[in-house]
Amino acid sequence: MQIVMALLIGLIFGTGISISGMGNPAKVLNFFDFAGTWDPSLALVMASGVIVTAIGFRLVLARPAPALDKAFNLPTNRAIDKRLVVGSAIFGVGWGITGFCPGGAIPALGSDNFEVVVFVISMVAGMAGAMAMQLRSARKAIVSKN
Amino acid sequence: MTTSFTPASALIGGSLIGLASVLLMLTHGRIAGVTGILSGALFSGGPGKAWRIIFLIGAIAAPALIYYTTGHPMEFSVPVPNWALVAGGLIVGVGVFYGSGCTSGHGICGVSRLSPRSLVATGTFMASTSLTVFIVRHII
Repeated sequence: MQIVMALLIGLIFGTGISISGMGNPAKVLNFFDFAGTWDPSLALVMASGVIVTAIGFRLVLARPAPALDKAFNLPTNRAIDKRLVVGSAIFGVGWGITGFCPGGAIPALGSDNFEVVVFVISMVAGMAGAMAMQLRSARKAIVSKN
Repeated sequence: MTTSFTPASALIGGSLIGLASVLLMLTHGRIAGVTGILSGALFSGGPGKAWRIIFLIGAIAAPALIYYTTGHPMEFSVPVPNWALVAGGLIVGVGVFYGSGCTSGHGICGVSRLSPRSLVATGTFMASTSLTVFIVRHII
């Protein structure tokens, strides 16, 4: 049942991205181009997404547990640190260059355009590279401790 | 290149994105963040891997399904050369790894929960994206 629901929810998410224009780099870049060809559409995407989620989360999180799992699994990290801010700033640079964010690009893979494939492969390589760097520095820290 | 203001599809699409986030919280008890789901599907093992892969398959299938049922392809154009997609893709990958999330996880789910981390992350990437677009389009 978890799997069936995941498929259905993925379909709803992908449909939302497709209809909203969030997976269309031309539209995304125009949203951020206040000084040029500004298209305010994405403000409404974000606003409606946040409003629906805020109301829905209030109702859902009032339950003792989710429908298909034992407990809610919410992020527990509270630290507003350099890592969060610098990482988010770096993400914005890439989003601003390409017009693709992960949530927009993944559904866009189903639009049968080669450019998305180029972006997603590069993005996954970036994630894997950052993860490898972190593992290496963690290992070094352990070695130097011993 | 201009795109037209599309308030109706923006509101419908945004609401569906919100609905998906609510349903994932209701059923799986988890945040619908594509960065987390993608890295879980690709880089981690365990029992949570399967539903994440299936979610991504559903998301990818959606535009294809819309095309085959309605005949309307997803609106799509990339005003960016391939080399910039490679560079920007690498940068996005590194950024979302360290920032622990992107537009869906921080921007929609986290902001909805008024999570301080997500509010800071979202403010930061919206600002740096705006600045980047300004530099690329009006200065370089």
